[in-house]
Amino acid sequence: MNLANLPARVAAAPGLARWGRHLTAEVLLEAGDRRWILSIRDGALRSAEPAPAIMPRYDLALRFDAEGFARFLGASPPPGWHDLMALMRRGALRVEGDIQPFMAHLFWFKGALALLREDAA
Amino acid sequence: MIEPVIGRYMRLDLEGRPHRVYFEEAGQGVPLLLLHTAGADGRQWRHLMNDEAVTSRFRCIAFDMPWHGKSSPPEGWHADEYRLTTAAYTGMALAVSRALGLDRPVVMGCSIGGRIVLDLAAEQAGAIRAVIGLQSSAFVAPYYDTEWLHHPHAHGGEVCAAVVSGLIAPTAPEGDRWETLWHYMQGGPGVFRGDLHFYKGEGDLRPKLARIDTARCPVALLTGEYDYSCRPEDTLATAAAIPGAVAVIMPGLGHFPMSEDYAALRPHLLPVLERFGALP
Repeated sequence: MNLANLPARVAAAPGLARWGRHLTAEVLLEAGDRRWILSIRDGALRSAEPAPAIMPRYDLALRFDAEGFARFLGASPPPGWHDLMALMRRGALRVEGDIQPFMAHLFWFKGALALLREDAA
Repeated sequence: MIEPVIGRYMRLDLEGRPHRVYFEEAGQGVPLLLLHTAGADGRQWRHLMNDEAVTSRFRCIAFDMPWHGKSSPPEGWHADEYRLTTAAYTGMALAVSRALGLDRPVVMGCSIGGRIVLDLAAEQAGAIRAVIGLQSSAFVAPYYDTEWLHHPHAHGGEVCAAVVSGLIAPTAPEGDRWETLWHYMQGGPGVFRGDLHFYKGEGDLRPKLARIDTARCPVALLTGEYDYSCRPEDTLATAAAIPGAVAVIMPGLGHFPMSEDYAALRPHLLPVLERFGALP
C-alpha cells in the first residue's frame, strides 16, 4: 500500500483540517509487519513515510492486524470492519501510547484513515 | 410548514427529587412511549413523529430523560456525578406514563432504551402493553475507556459524537447521519458516560430475561447489522433467552435506526406496530 499521496488527500478533504486544527502528533501506523509514521501538525498531515527500522519515534501507535486493516480498506467494508472503533471491539486494532490526541481528534483519525479506501477499491 | 409535533414540560418527582421534564407528542390512539439512546434526546424520533402511518393509530410520546435535551438535571446536580441505574430508568418511564395518564403504553426504546424495555417487560408487565427494543440486548461489555467521554483534555461533544459515529450504517443519508451526531455533540458534560454506567455495567439484565412472559407482554427486537455496540448476535442471544420474543436483523442500518435512516427502519417497524396496536 502506498501512503505517499495521503497528505494531499487529507488536505483536500472537507472539514478534516478543522476537526484536527489542534492535532500535532507523530503516529505509528502498523498493519501486520508494515509500519509507517504519520507526521501531523495542526491537523495537516505533513508526511506519511515508512517507519525507520531502528528507533522510530512516535507519540501513539495504531496497530492493526493485517486482515483487519485489509477488510477496513475494502470499498464497502462489511459490518464490524467498517470503523476504527468496530475494529477495536473485535481486537483487530490496538491504540497504544498517548491516547489523548487520538480521542480528542477521533473525527480526524476516522476521516483520514478512511481516505485510504480509494487505494483499495 | 409546521410539523404536527407539540412540545411541553411536565413537573414530576423522580427518586424523591423534583424534575422538569420535556416531552414531545404527536398523534392519537394507542399510547406509544418512546425512549431515546444514551447521550442523546427525543429528537431522534422526529421522523416517526411525522409519519402519518404511525400517528394515525398511536399517541406518540417522546420525552427527554433528565440531564438530556431540554430536560434539566435536578437542583443540586453540580454536586453529583450523573449515573443512570436500572431502577431510576424504569421508574422514570413509569412516572412519565402515569403523569400523562397513559393506559398501558407500548414502549419502544433504542440502545439504553432497548435495554430498559426488557426490565419493563420483566417487572412491569401489568403497566405496559408490549415492548419494542431497537438495538436491544441484555448486556454490552465495555470495549473502550469511557473516561474519555468526560475528560478535560478532550472536547466532550466532539468525542461523544466521534465515538458513536461508526455505529451509523455507511448507507445512512448524510443529513440524518450528522443530525444524529449533532444531538451527541449537544449533550451535557458526563451525561453520555453516566448513561453508559447503566448500559455497560449496572444494567446487566441477563438474569431477568427468564422472567419475561411474552403472553402478558409481547417483545419484538429489531437490530441494525452495522451496530458493533449492540451487535446482531447480542440481540439474537437476548431473544433466544425470552420464549416468544421476535428478533429481526435489519440490513443497511446501525445503532440509531429511527434517527439515522427512518425509511430503512419503517418496513420492519410498521408490521410490529400493526401487531402491537391491535393488542387488547
